[in-house]
Amino acid sequence: MSVDRATVHRIARLARIAITDAEAARLEKELSGILDWVAQLDEIDTEDVEPMTRIVAMTMKKRKDEVTDGNCADDILKNAPSVDDHYFVVPKIVE
Amino acid sequence: MADPTDLTIAEAREALKRKELSATELAQSHLDAIEQANAALNAFVLPTPERALEQAQESDKRIGKGETRPLEGIPLGIKDLFATKGYRTTACSHILDGFVPTYESTVTANLWSAGAVMLGKLNNDEFAMGSSNETSYYGAVVNPWKRQGSNAKLVPGGSSGGSSAAVAARLCMGATATDTGGSIRQPAAVTGTVGMKPTYGRCSRWGIVAFASSLDQAGPIARTVEDAAIMLKAMASHDPKDTTSVDVPVPDYEAALKQGVKGLTIGIPKEYRVDGMAAQIDALWQQGVKWLEEAGAKIMPVSLPHTKYALPSYYIVAPAEASSNLARYDGVRYGLREPGKDVLSLYENTRAAGFGEEVKRRILIGTYVLSAGYYDAYYLKAQKVRSLIKRDFDQAFKQVDVILTPTTPSPAFAIGEKSGDPVQMYLNDIFTVTVNMAGLPGISVPAGLSFEGTPLGLQLIGRPFDEETLFRTARVIEMAAGPLVKPVDWWSNAA
Repeated sequence: MSVDRATVHRIARLARIAITDAEAARLEKELSGILDWVAQLDEIDTEDVEPMTRIVAMTMKKRKDEVTDGNCADDILKNAPSVDDHYFVVPKIVE
Repeated sequence: MADPTDLTIAEAREALKRKELSATELAQSHLDAIEQANAALNAFVLPTPERALEQAQESDKRIGKGETRPLEGIPLGIKDLFATKGYRTTACSHILDGFVPTYESTVTANLWSAGAVMLGKLNNDEFAMGSSNETSYYGAVVNPWKRQGSNAKLVPGGSSGGSSAAVAARLCMGATATDTGGSIRQPAAVTGTVGMKPTYGRCSRWGIVAFASSLDQAGPIARTVEDAAIMLKAMASHDPKDTTSVDVPVPDYEAALKQGVKGLTIGIPKEYRVDGMAAQIDALWQQGVKWLEEAGAKIMPVSLPHTKYALPSYYIVAPAEASSNLARYDGVRYGLREPGKDVLSLYENTRAAGFGEEVKRRILIGTYVLSAGYYDAYYLKAQKVRSLIKRDFDQAFKQVDVILTPTTPSPAFAIGEKSGDPVQMYLNDIFTVTVNMAGLPGISVPAGLSFEGTPLGLQLIGRPFDEETLFRTARVIEMAAGPLVKPVDWWSNAA
């Protein structure tokens, strides 16, 4: 097994997804299966290979550093589950 | 006149111009077809009849005044991954429940300004993660095709399964789709439609729900190669809002169609003859070689030695990028919220309830491979393998103009048949995923029927930004294969 139960719980926490013990048991098997399968990449020597960053050689596009958007707070809040005035509402964070 | 829903986009364009048919009639006949079919096929998750008729009336006015735009009055379906202003867009995920964008994706904006008519939003695998459309929160889509002598419901492929099913069943004339590992070409192949994934950067990704940003690309699904060419011309553009959108002219793809394949060299990669390849897939591939040879192309074997590593490296890159992209769904800014005792449990409960099993699996894989100490061993390694895959293609394209392969390892399978083992499901994309890893254009074109009487497709792969050569080669296969029979209508008023 590439990942054990504790690792499944740890990465679920990192990913901010609540999982039950039953789900953790199933995921331990599934994630290990997928990671064992991708381990075949170890066969390839990539010591002197650059990672791929683009399809065709092109320089990154840049634009003037100026405001092109804004004054749309109502639009941004329109789909929020809970708002107060122009704020997103979340449970209290600091006691 | 024949049923307007049987027309191709090219034919409808002529009929509208000659005023043999109004845009309103054309839209209405498709809306009627959707109403009759959708209970059985589940292709549309949100039909938008009022919008369709409003746009069609505008088209009729313009046609009357002689101010026709390139897609004037053509009714299309839109994959639910494209943000449509004022119309619910959920990527078919529970976590985007009720999300109504206040903006329009660049690709759909291009289509509307070209005069196209929106029939509604199409079903897809949740966040485009799947190969069978079975992971949608809105339920599976049913393929209009059935196996001979069997009533089993087949999958329409995925993730653009709503697009492929709707186009095949004549519920829309064409559809937008997206392709991260095969999600345009694979569903097109198993529904007898044409699916074009253009070069990465050809279509803007702005306003498309992100899955894996270095692989995602939009393209059309249509019933003919010509229709796909007409649609891509309208969808593609340079967009300053997407830094990876490329500033190169969009050619007139339609003009390329008549050029044939005389003088072209077609590469046949030996690594695509995988172990245990179905005899009928191999036979179809050989048939494709023969057709192109007879049409005057030169055939040459090529080698793409890193082919077998494309799928495993994809299943590092795509989940890694997905885990990062999907971090934004937190129950705070939009979509679903499940309460929690503090903000952390609000996030965890929302994401537990909002994401489906496959999406969770990929987020967790992605989180794992990007977690401290693993980045070099997984993501960096996979990006290096991508360079090798790309290098294989660069070498091959020094000798050949186009590469011919099968699109899928098998015809459409039945709903539920492959959902037990994630890796078995991933293998459906074995022939398509290399193209995304290298960023190249690829097209799937219907090439015949399986022993079971269901469609099969051939895939053509081209050089970066050389979609024209793919269209002209695909057109030759389409002509040689002959018109595909229409699936027998069992779905109208069936449920």
